[in-house]
Amino acid sequence: MMAVEAVHTQEIVAGHPEHHDMEPIRSLGFWIYLMSDLVLFAALFATYVVLSRNFAGGPTGKDLFDLSFVLIETMLLLCSSAAYGLTMTAMPAGNARQAMVGLTLTLLLGLGFVSMELREFTQLISEGAGPQRSAFLSAFFTLVGTHGAHVTCGLVWLAVMLFQVATKGLTAPVMGRLTRLGMFWHFLDVVWIGVFSVVYLMGVW
Amino acid sequence: MFGKLTLSAIPYHDPIVMGAVVGSVLAGAAVLGLITYFRQWPVLWKEWLTSVDHKKIGIMYIILALVMLLRGFADALMMRAQQAMAMGASQGFLPPDHFNQVFSAHGTIMILFMAMPFLAGLMNIVVPQQIGARDVAFPFLNAVSLWLSVAGALLVMVSLGVGEFSKAGWSGYSPLTELEYSPDTGVDYWIWSLQIAGLGTLLSGVNFLVTVLTMRAPGMTLMRLPLFTWTTVFTNVLVIFSFPVLTAALALVSLDRYLGFHFFSNDLGGNMMMYANLFWTWGHPEVYIVILPAFGIFSEVVSTFSRKKLFGYTSLVYATAAIMFLSFAVWVHHFFTMGASAGVNIAFGISTMLIAVPTGVKVFNWLFTMYKGRVSLTTPMLWTIGFLTTFVLGGLAGVLLSIPPADYVLHNSLFLIAHFHNMLVPGTLFGFLAGYAYWFPKAVGFKLDETWGKRSFWCWLVGFYLAFVPLYMLGFMGMPRRMQHYDNPDWQPYLIAAGLGTLIIACGIGCMLVQLLVSFINREANRDVSGDPWDGRTLEWATHSPPAPYNFAVIPTVRDIDAFWDMKQRGEAFRPPAAYEAIEMPKNCAHGFLLGILAFLFGFAMIWHIWWLAVAGFLGLLAVVVARSMNDDTTEIIPAAEVARIEDLYFKRLAAAGRS
Amino acid sequence: MARKLSFACVVLTLLCAATFLQGCSELVLLNPKGPIGESERFLILTAFVLMLLVVLPVIVMSVWFPLKYRASNTKAAYEPEWSHSGKIEAVMWCIPLVIVLILSVLVWRYTHRLDPYKPIDPAAAQFRVDVVSLDWKWLFIYPEQGIAVVNELAFPARTPLSFQLTSDTVMTSFFIPQLGSQIYAMAGMRTRLHLLADEPGVYAGHNQQFSGAGYPTMFFAAKALSPEQFEAWTREVKKSPNTLDPARFEQLRKPSSGDPVTYFSSVSPDMFEYILNLYSPLDKVPGGGPGQGHAGQAQTGHGHP
Repeated sequence: MMAVEAVHTQEIVAGHPEHHDMEPIRSLGFWIYLMSDLVLFAALFATYVVLSRNFAGGPTGKDLFDLSFVLIETMLLLCSSAAYGLTMTAMPAGNARQAMVGLTLTLLLGLGFVSMELREFTQLISEGAGPQRSAFLSAFFTLVGTHGAHVTCGLVWLAVMLFQVATKGLTAPVMGRLTRLGMFWHFLDVVWIGVFSVVYLMGVW
Repeated sequence: MFGKLTLSAIPYHDPIVMGAVVGSVLAGAAVLGLITYFRQWPVLWKEWLTSVDHKKIGIMYIILALVMLLRGFADALMMRAQQAMAMGASQGFLPPDHFNQVFSAHGTIMILFMAMPFLAGLMNIVVPQQIGARDVAFPFLNAVSLWLSVAGALLVMVSLGVGEFSKAGWSGYSPLTELEYSPDTGVDYWIWSLQIAGLGTLLSGVNFLVTVLTMRAPGMTLMRLPLFTWTTVFTNVLVIFSFPVLTAALALVSLDRYLGFHFFSNDLGGNMMMYANLFWTWGHPEVYIVILPAFGIFSEVVSTFSRKKLFGYTSLVYATAAIMFLSFAVWVHHFFTMGASAGVNIAFGISTMLIAVPTGVKVFNWLFTMYKGRVSLTTPMLWTIGFLTTFVLGGLAGVLLSIPPADYVLHNSLFLIAHFHNMLVPGTLFGFLAGYAYWFPKAVGFKLDETWGKRSFWCWLVGFYLAFVPLYMLGFMGMPRRMQHYDNPDWQPYLIAAGLGTLIIACGIGCMLVQLLVSFINREANRDVSGDPWDGRTLEWATHSPPAPYNFAVIPTVRDIDAFWDMKQRGEAFRPPAAYEAIEMPKNCAHGFLLGILAFLFGFAMIWHIWWLAVAGFLGLLAVVVARSMNDDTTEIIPAAEVARIEDLYFKRLAAAGRS
Repeated sequence: MARKLSFACVVLTLLCAATFLQGCSELVLLNPKGPIGESERFLILTAFVLMLLVVLPVIVMSVWFPLKYRASNTKAAYEPEWSHSGKIEAVMWCIPLVIVLILSVLVWRYTHRLDPYKPIDPAAAQFRVDVVSLDWKWLFIYPEQGIAVVNELAFPARTPLSFQLTSDTVMTSFFIPQLGSQIYAMAGMRTRLHLLADEPGVYAGHNQQFSGAGYPTMFFAAKALSPEQFEAWTREVKKSPNTLDPARFEQLRKPSSGDPVTYFSSVSPDMFEYILNLYSPLDKVPGGGPGQGHAGQAQTGHGHP
């Protein structure tokens, strides 16, 4: 799907560098940026997998992870992505109100996700299972935390876009940005699925 | 208030360091003074610092690269001098603390703040013109990339006078970079300068890949791309896939250092070899990132100055692609001696050797381009021939090192140092200098002086051999790299010879500076009126020298690999079009420059643990990004009349010079 | 054909080697004193000669072509459109490929044969030395003799040596150039190395991996001794009043450089394991994670096949 869209974009644009059809070029650029972000996560995943058994006498994933808690977290994030669908469907119709409802819902659900993650982190640290305890915990906090930091950036972006839709309406540049924000948000879902499986599911195995 | 930063961070007691600091500050002050004297501040601000024009950004990148070349080379001179002296009873003039900073800075600077900006500069000036585009895909992002690179380079320079630079080598192996073994701020300078500049490089990689994929002139299919553009495509793909790994590795080192994590520590389950794996997963592709574009430059130069089509265009493209893919599958050859199994070492040894195949193919392609051509021995061509004869020796040494049991005795010796300098000096640097001489008239409007260029070349070539052949020998004599002092008298004559070689290279650099001055003085005589000083073959020679802001008044249509050569053959070149149209171009803006300053402040604050400034810097960065994202009015129109005025001026000059 | 070629290569190699050896004995890698170093020299010279087959013609062509086809030589052929030849391209892909194939066979054979973890002669008795790199000195523990030495390595010549190595500091690399292969020493991890000295002599040994301020002082004399000399040396060490136990080790591990050769007449049993366990996680997992010292096991946990 990604590849098809990217190629498609390229065909339309090649040889027509006029600025009014910059949006597909920007989207292609954003795809490529996301690819590089994925490589960043790949490096962190690799590090996590290598260090995932280096407990150094400390607690293991089995001791620490609460799957049902993480499942709720996961659902929050997935629902936020679904909520973003509202924004996406609002765009062709030019329905700024609906787009703002979608953005607000996404923002709230994302906030829920981040605060649950923070709660998990503080609890672990207060139990003495902070990132300084072992290489395993260092890798865990870094991988999950990097995803969390991305989601937080997404939240800031959502707020900015909420403001832009409110002040500018659904203009062409704003819609381009909304499309890319959507790409970013769904990308974070995909990464989270990886985190959930590799860290939590395999951790309690 | 100022974190770990106190006045004692300034090394007053060290005359060498203070000399360098005073020299750099005076040079900087002189430049600022000249700007003030000639009342150029408004011009500097309006046309350069806030510019989003890829040609100007390219020139600024190359200025950065040349300045950092001087700094990195000064480090090289000091190392060679120290090793020529520090035998037996003599400790030389650099204590270990200083010597270890010098070689760490030399490597970091030459790879990341000389080669990378040089590459980015050439790419900026040339690629959009070669594909017949008016700009890059994301002009503002391009300015951001530049200023992030400058911010990183500035951090390295500041480390000279405030605190110190890393003493753990440019590769910063763990656990030497852990807080336990490197408690001072040197490693932090290394981390943050690389992180900030690395982000700039990544953004520039995305930018140029998208530019080539989407902004090509009609008719320019992928298999008609000029070789330099092709190699930048491969390089940018490598950037996009490898730089995030460096970012991750450095971030993990920072977490270890700042927050006491245990990624690469000796205790509590840390694994130092994980760092080596991550670092070289980036580090090996990085070598090809800086060398592939040089291959592209050689391809352009050899074809232009042989007045002949490039031999085996298709196989050159595929060979480059092969190198790109293989470069990700060889990183373990940097640590064959860690005790991995024979199977692992064999796999990576053979994959490394395989790179020699496409590289060899490229060498033959260049040779057969000269075959039955009309070769003019201009400066760029001399760099190319010097490269061909020298590079193959480095390749030979590289294949030797790729044989695991041979690496067991050659690893980390001066043989290794000689090998990679033998790849990067003739490969990357000669390539970039060839490109510098080749495209200088395009970027600036007049040609460089040939006599001084040739002098510079011969000094570099002779100096190179004298500096590095002894290092090969020293490798066989068992001398390890990075020795501040040694007791073996057999080594000293070779190290003195290497030191002399470095002095000859210094003459070469001197000639380059004289060349710049002489060419500037004689600029009217060397003026490039036609925009095509070498009888070139590719589209960048179809624009003016220096090009108009929009590059092409009318976007050309491409019918051949050598698009401009083809236009000249058909008699379509140097002709005014029937009519001009208004052209939409991006507006200059200060946000990029501002981001660079804020990134520098943020990095500096992180290094010295000045938390309030770090937070302020970060929020500032965020605010500028958000403010810029609110702005929808980022382009301006150049009216058709203005285009016509610029173009008429060009054609008048051309007629006066007797062309057209 | 292949046999003739390889024969020619060997002859050339030997010629080269002989010239080198006569010329400069200070080229220690070309003047090895043990079977490992000898094989490595053979490999280097063979590969060198093989590659010269490509490199020399390239160098000649890269000077000859521009001279012959220089712009002023209007008599030379000029074919500005000639840019493709199937034959030449086939040759220029094949020749490097063939050479790399030949080299790959060599790599395959010699990397197995010269695996640092492989005992040189499994049937023969091994002489064991445990090596620990410290900031910035070497500690050699002789588990069978129950002695330890700082900054001097003595061992009987003509006896296969079996080293196990670790580090109490940053990564270092243990290397005696004239005997052959080096290997890293890393904290909390165990690496192995097997060497053999063919004749008695004193060879320079050093750390080949930069390890901080005192790195250039990490040299040691590697003394290959006759059985009698080694006996005498051991007696000498045993006369020392020093003993090495965890308490003494705490003193020894403090950073210092240029330390004199120090003998320890006795050493706590399992001193090497003790140092290793200063860093190893307590819950080592079999088959992975640090501290597993076997060739073939990914003891460093890298993500490659």
